Amino acid sequence: MHLDTEHIAPGEILVEVKNLVKYFPIRGGVLRRVVDWVKAVDGVSFGIRRGETLGLVGESGCGKTTLGITMLRLLKPNSGQVDFAGVNIYDLNTEQLKMMRRKMQIIFQDPYASLNPRKPIGESIMAGLNIHGIGTRHERVDIMLDMLQKVGLEGYYAHRFPHEFSGGQRQRIGIARALALQPEFVICDEPISALDVSIQSQVLNLLKDLQDEYHLTYLFIAHNLSVVEFISDRVAVMYLGKIVELAAREELFSHPLHYYTQAIMSAIPIADPKANRQRIILEGEVPTPINPPSGCHFHPRCPLATQECMLEEPPFLEVKPDHWVACWHIGLDIPVNSQLEEMPRER
Amino acid sequence: MSDKTVKSLLTVSHLKTHFFTEDGVVKAVDDVSFHINEGEIVGLVGESGCGKTVTSLSIIGLISKPGKVVDGEILYEGQDLLKLSYEQLSDIRGNRISMIFQQPQTSLNPVFTVGEQVAEVLQIHRGMSTKEAWEHAVEMLSQVGIPSPEKRAFAYPHELSGGQAQRVMIAMALIMKPNLLIADEPTTALDVTIQAQILDLMRGLNKKMGTAIILITHDLGVIAGIAGRVAVMYAGKIVEQSTVETLFEDPRHPYTKGLINSIPILGRVKNRLEVIPGVVPNLIDLPQGCAFAPRCEARTANGLEICAEQMPDMTPIADGHEVRCWLYTDQDKPSPKKSL
Repeated sequence: MHLDTEHIAPGEILVEVKNLVKYFPIRGGVLRRVVDWVKAVDGVSFGIRRGETLGLVGESGCGKTTLGITMLRLLKPNSGQVDFAGVNIYDLNTEQLKMMRRKMQIIFQDPYASLNPRKPIGESIMAGLNIHGIGTRHERVDIMLDMLQKVGLEGYYAHRFPHEFSGGQRQRIGIARALALQPEFVICDEPISALDVSIQSQVLNLLKDLQDEYHLTYLFIAHNLSVVEFISDRVAVMYLGKIVELAAREELFSHPLHYYTQAIMSAIPIADPKANRQRIILEGEVPTPINPPSGCHFHPRCPLATQECMLEEPPFLEVKPDHWVACWHIGLDIPVNSQLEEMPRER
Repeated sequence: MSDKTVKSLLTVSHLKTHFFTEDGVVKAVDDVSFHINEGEIVGLVGESGCGKTVTSLSIIGLISKPGKVVDGEILYEGQDLLKLSYEQLSDIRGNRISMIFQQPQTSLNPVFTVGEQVAEVLQIHRGMSTKEAWEHAVEMLSQVGIPSPEKRAFAYPHELSGGQAQRVMIAMALIMKPNLLIADEPTTALDVTIQAQILDLMRGLNKKMGTAIILITHDLGVIAGIAGRVAVMYAGKIVEQSTVETLFEDPRHPYTKGLINSIPILGRVKNRLEVIPGVVPNLIDLPQGCAFAPRCEARTANGLEICAEQMPDMTPIADGHEVRCWLYTDQDKPSPKKSL
């Protein structure tokens, strides 16, 4: 088995997730038997094209991080598969897995927790190179210094320890570490949500620049829709372990079809007091992923919900070219906006 | 809110709160002046460490060692809060001025039911009987949108979601019908759909009960949606103050401009975001002169030398619009002790 990616042209599917399921057991009682399951990722399928950024949005607890981590085989899924360049990564043996790991990297949310506090940051950045035995010690140092410079840090920082850096700088270090191995595919898991507002734009621009330079493919996980709109080519919306909508950025933001997508778009505060828009305020809370609601997971909060939604799960269908949605009420010939206006709105 | 006579409720003048740490003096709040009128919503916006929370804690007298309010005046309904005795302040706190915090779950006492905690406020300030206070508490819980409040009042904080816990905090804060609520990042820990619910609730209570709100946040989007006036803070100082519309339409301070341009806005896709270079300064060894000067591109563009030497004063540039920046301040004038 080869993890060759040469044959995949830009725009073709590089990573394909097929019906991925990841449940966490809840144990209880004296015998620590499994009493229930947290259905973190509950049957998810999508593809990521080479060179694109796929944004993945959802509220906390919807399973977006679990999905990302499972896609890298840092967790074992209960079922389903992830194909990287046509090869199912869960079929790889240890040796092959190590090869695969070079091509797939992750940037974590918390730059404070994800760097070893006892190692100079230069060592952390080189750790991957050491493990994979790339080049001589000298060459590795050169790569490390080159990466530091690429992410906007000075070479002499290499000897410093993580606590000497600010949050934004630490996130740059995390990016340098992820990119040192020249990966093809990088999962960015909320890379800017722990940063100050004036630092966020620096890191977002950096991620974009590096993508252009190294032809990277990103899965960008975030809860902030504006950020996702800025960075993504296509966007997937996740709710309680399922992807409910997936489309190209312009399409999704101009014609959101799923009611949940419409609601989170209207709920996000816009930094413009004159912004005039529909306000949908969803009632209720996000249910727990332990025993999620039957049928469509969203139905208890959805004003469009009918009997059907409660009983049966809607299929994830391509309703327009490259616009996927899982909802029983799509495909009616009602333009979405007029549908919205008739909607009873809370308060 | 719609009253024609605008009455000032709280006026903070030249407030200085410093922390005397082993590493040096942290000037967390350094010469902050602003006011809030009755029934108004004022936003205090800035990044972490800019002093917005310390400002609010100073107002309600919750600064503890090594911090100290070293100078200034906080006039609330004609009396200086900084000069009151502990008892006098306790009488105002939770009664006339309330506060809610970012982490509702950790602000509630885990060993008491939420009903007890809301009722306790009435027992302390009104001397109500347990039963009577409980009934009022349940009524208040229903007003803040807790479903089946008579049952939920028996719940413990860990049984509530973040959004519901924040509703309980709001119920506690508003049960005495205070005329000022200080909300410190009330929605930061919440999901976006829940954030919309809580902001809607606060907006509604502001209208219905006429409670003035000081809303502290780092999120310009939240400010734009709810506040009437805004003060932008940077490194312990207010750098710009105006109405919300003016701030977003015609920001003057280079920091405000940078901040507004650096955030992606839904529906306005840009290829690149504008960037404020550099990092937020450490409050212990602040640069001499304007704290923003080392990051300020307008300074270099205009060749201003003075920024590195002297801190500019708040300068009015239009009605209700003040900026602390040498671009708008006359350099020749020896800085007089300005009055608010």
